Amino acid sequence: MMNGLKLKDLYDQFRNPKIIKSLAALIEKESIKFKTPLRIMEVCGGHTHTIMKYGLMQILPDNIEFIHGPGCPVCIMPKERIDHAIALANIDDAILCTLGDMIRVPGSKSTLAKERAKGRDIRPLYSPMDVLKIAKENPDKKIIFFTIGFETTTPMTAVVIDHVLKNHIDNVYFHINHVLVPSAVKAIMDPGKAKINAFIGPSHVSVITGSKIYEPLSQAYQTPIVVSGFEPVDVMEGILMMARQKNEGRSEVEIEYKRSVTRDGNLKAQSMINTYMEVRTHFRWRGIGDIPESALKLKDEYAMIDAEKVFANVLSNEPIDDHKLCICGTILQGLAKPKDCSVFGKVCTPNNPLGSCMVSDEGACNAYYRYGEI
Amino acid sequence: MDKRLLLSHGGGGEESNQLIRELFFKHFGNEILLRDEDAAVLDIKNKIAFTTDSFTVSPIFFSGGNIGKLSIAGTVNDLAMMGAKPLYISCGFIIEEGLLYSELEMIVKTMAEELSISGAKIVCGDTKVVPKGSVDKIFINTSGIGEVQVSDISAHNLEEGDAIIVSRDIGRHGATILAQREGIDIASGLSTDCATLWPMVECLLDQNIIPNAMRDATRGGLAAVLNEWAMTSNICIELEEQSIPISDDVQGLCEIFGFEASDFANEGTFVLAVKSEYAQKTIELLHTFENSKTATIIGKVTTRKKQKVIINTAWGSSRYLNLPKGELLPRIC
Amino acid sequence: MCLSIPSKVIKIDENNIATVDTMGIQREVSLDLMPDQVEINDYILIHVGFAMNKINKSEALASLELYQEMIENMEEEERRQAIEESDNCPSNGV
Repeated sequence: MMNGLKLKDLYDQFRNPKIIKSLAALIEKESIKFKTPLRIMEVCGGHTHTIMKYGLMQILPDNIEFIHGPGCPVCIMPKERIDHAIALANIDDAILCTLGDMIRVPGSKSTLAKERAKGRDIRPLYSPMDVLKIAKENPDKKIIFFTIGFETTTPMTAVVIDHVLKNHIDNVYFHINHVLVPSAVKAIMDPGKAKINAFIGPSHVSVITGSKIYEPLSQAYQTPIVVSGFEPVDVMEGILMMARQKNEGRSEVEIEYKRSVTRDGNLKAQSMINTYMEVRTHFRWRGIGDIPESALKLKDEYAMIDAEKVFANVLSNEPIDDHKLCICGTILQGLAKPKDCSVFGKVCTPNNPLGSCMVSDEGACNAYYRYGEI
Repeated sequence: MDKRLLLSHGGGGEESNQLIRELFFKHFGNEILLRDEDAAVLDIKNKIAFTTDSFTVSPIFFSGGNIGKLSIAGTVNDLAMMGAKPLYISCGFIIEEGLLYSELEMIVKTMAEELSISGAKIVCGDTKVVPKGSVDKIFINTSGIGEVQVSDISAHNLEEGDAIIVSRDIGRHGATILAQREGIDIASGLSTDCATLWPMVECLLDQNIIPNAMRDATRGGLAAVLNEWAMTSNICIELEEQSIPISDDVQGLCEIFGFEASDFANEGTFVLAVKSEYAQKTIELLHTFENSKTATIIGKVTTRKKQKVIINTAWGSSRYLNLPKGELLPRIC
Repeated sequence: MCLSIPSKVIKIDENNIATVDTMGIQREVSLDLMPDQVEINDYILIHVGFAMNKINKSEALASLELYQEMIENMEEEERRQAIEESDNCPSNGV
């Protein structure tokens, strides 16, 4: 079959129906031996998306369940920080740049999309490097980059910071909202309420960090953690590996996504992050509350490009809670499903989201709404 | 030569007249248009179909076509989808001061070429030139009149058992515009599917194949058409995912941006719902045309979940195909 | 947001920018985060305009070979089951 690997194989073969069916059959065999259900949390929103889009729940036995985790960096942004983005966009001669879905997330009164319609210069970027281009083209404006993302996207911000400092670009500022996966997992597991006994480790966070970051978690909670790719074959193989760990009484970190993930990860990317950023003592996660040491900020010596310091006079840190009917927080903690929410699909839809689980393409509510439960 | 359009070209005076004669009459000329009256007087015996569309696509030139081609094919296709032979088109231009004459000429020539495919004629028109910044280069409105050949092709008419057929691979127009806007180099030759569909429709009607419903899948793509049909006829449409034709380059773009090909606009691709006994013959007839040589059955009408469109995967799972949300790509056509 | 896709390197310029091809679509990406040297024809993972790492082709092939075995085993078992059912069918041989 293999004379060499074609690029197309990396897409087609990892979506191959025969392979998916074979893996389903092998999982079924393992699941018959389970004494208790296998309750898997997929941390990353991309995995929620794969599971819903490819209908994987429909071909898995009933004693395997998914609990959707907080792995959507847009979903966990508390309203007061979205209001920061809006406040920064309203500064005279500011150009606010951010990635993708942030544009539509509701803050306490508005969204970046609505502000843009009012005439504010707000630019959704495909790549953080575009910040440099915009800064060059607009030397008399203040370019404020509102960064979001888990460890996958953090190194890219670090590269942009590096360019800005090394090339003495003096009109760029950063509002850092990068968050960390392991702390989120700890926050979910420590209270002891979530009945989770396995994790699908995020695919691309792990490319950067390596699988080593999950070892303390697997130890502490005695749960298997299998780092899986995003394609349906990857997710199914990852589930098979978890099922086997369960039946063999193991609680280890394993890598299913061997073509991209190693134990150590991308050391160059890690070093870039550590050069410019450090861990915050506290950070509020929407719906979950404060999680210590769960997010990053610029180191003090870079205060001159830190938007939170430079523009502190327009930024309020008063915590703002969600709409009282929104249960995104409970969903993000794996304690409820979208259909448990009284406004899901009725008042709260992708066109009119009350909470961020519905706004972002990686949010659990959005995935459920789009791909439905047939 | 960089001669440009000036406000005087839309003023109704000498420059206007010159523009009309040297450009519009030259390329669109026919005996009705050349009478140059206040209104075109038309003689139509049967029921007519009447449609209008405005074109604001940006960029105005793209791989495989331009705004002019779209403005003719788009309106002609709306008539064709109702089983009406496209006959007469009106054409209104709103042009930004400063547009290059050569660009306008290219657009007009393209429109003339596109008209020749269906045989429709532009019989009246209007030209305005507005100050810089009032429009973005050029907007075109075309309205069309067609003579209804068969009635009763309608979104209300889908029935259980009908085959759902798509005339070619989906998503090309939207993907082409997106790629061009993002400055992506397309080595593969990705281009719009923009095309006049009347010849295919005429062939089907001539052979007594009358679809229950037909629609070109423009804004909102395949997903929009099928959802509208499911809701209007109160039935379910089930698609087999593996049969939906998507070219590699459109798929590649979807992977990069996280879009679905079924949400992208098409401008020369249509969807039909035909009685199952006609499905094979429909496919055979469509295959005789260059633009529909890969036509294929992608699903059927059932009652599994009324008003919904369902995609069945090759490994036994199913999901809904929903209406695309919000504005996927602004000014796509 | 974590969308990362495999692409093939077709050109590298002196500013550490690579041109990559994803199923016929070409784009430029930054190699600033790549720990190792990147060569033409390498497959790399792209995320928001940056290359994150090289795809390990031998691991990918090893996975695909494993899956191929799985399919063959499944098909073999289905054949055996079909034969059993046929043997046990009461109307067999009638």
